[in-house]
Amino acid sequence: MPCKNCQEKPVIKLTNVNVSLCKQHFLRYFEKKVKKTIRTFNLIEKGNKIGIALSGGKDSFTVLSILKQFQDKKIITLEALAIDEGIKAYRDLTNAKKFCKDNNITLHILNYEDFFNHSLDKMVKKFKNKTPCSFCGVFRRYLLNYGSKKFKFDKLATGHNLDDESQSILMNQFRNNPEVSARLGPITGVMIDKRFIRRIKPLYFVTEKETTTYSFLKGFPVKFSECPYASFGYRNSVRDMLNEFELKYLGTKYSIVDSFIKILPSLKQQFKEAKTLSSCKLCNEPTSKKICQACEYVRELKDYKNR
Amino acid sequence: MPKVFIERENKHVEVTASSVKEILQKLKINPEVVIISKNNELVTEDSKVSEKDEIKLLSVISGG
Ligand code: SF4
Ligand SMILES: [Zn+2]
Ligand SMILES: [Zn+2]
Repeated sequence: MPCKNCQEKPVIKLTNVNVSLCKQHFLRYFEKKVKKTIRTFNLIEKGNKIGIALSGGKDSFTVLSILKQFQDKKIITLEALAIDEGIKAYRDLTNAKKFCKDNNITLHILNYEDFFNHSLDKMVKKFKNKTPCSFCGVFRRYLLNYGSKKFKFDKLATGHNLDDESQSILMNQFRNNPEVSARLGPITGVMIDKRFIRRIKPLYFVTEKETTTYSFLKGFPVKFSECPYASFGYRNSVRDMLNEFELKYLGTKYSIVDSFIKILPSLKQQFKEAKTLSSCKLCNEPTSKKICQACEYVRELKDYKNR
Repeated sequence: MPKVFIERENKHVEVTASSVKEILQKLKINPEVVIISKNNELVTEDSKVSEKDEIKLLSVISGG
């Protein structure tokens, strides 16, 4: 099957609509789709300072490179924020630094060691009976929000794509967590709590495969690697299932996300944060308890030494 | 037989097949989870393959 638009050699067959596209037409299709998401959901406003959560993976480079077009047109300003967990065999921000330098984007790096006195490698040794992703995720979210405020971002852009979102929606459904789903969507934080910087997801309607293709064709410097502590058992099962469905029933992922968007407003209404959040007694970040989860973990890490 | 590199497992295999689609079927890999390069150019599942072709199956899933 040649390119739908020009008969050239195709580089991708879009599974959700069953058309093939050549390099030139794919790049155009992809950028158009991302920009349409940005417009439709008002992800950015003129004058915004947007931070990009940069992991050094293909998704974050893709977000940066497309948002940069808005910066070039002087619609927004851009900076990047990377979190260094301190995972010796895995986290390597060399490419991220180079990419930002080449694109003339200021990169801020915050690391676990400075903030929590422990690299993730050290935490894992102490927290033997906890799943690394559970506390790692708490610390990362903490630093992303902290950094976004410190560097005065109006919004933080992440690399979540259609695959990530459809997986999350199903996982919350299967596990009966509708209140967690209420926090999904292309833009978060409708209940404007100034202490939470809003998150935006420009890749909301493009698939993981499309993003990988874009990144490959653009020659982004990404290396394939996997975190040694990754434990995505449940997510992986859902992902496999969804991919099998997508193969048999074109457009499944899109339908999940699109129908979700239609019910999201009522979901948000229903799960509006009833109790207003207080501030952590130790660090002042918003929390529903007296002490936030990150500070709680830091305390446990400290206690460990004294045991 | 075309040589096939599977990035996710970091291994090379040889597969008897005349198209990318057949390779994926034999290796039980869902086309949703890889992009395919033939002699370093991206191709689709429909692409034909021959003896001397070097195929790479690049993982679309990032690791955390
Ligand atoms: S895979 Fe888990 S442990 Fe590794 S960086 Fe991601 S959240 Fe942290
Ligand atoms: Zn074309
Ligand atoms: Zn705290």
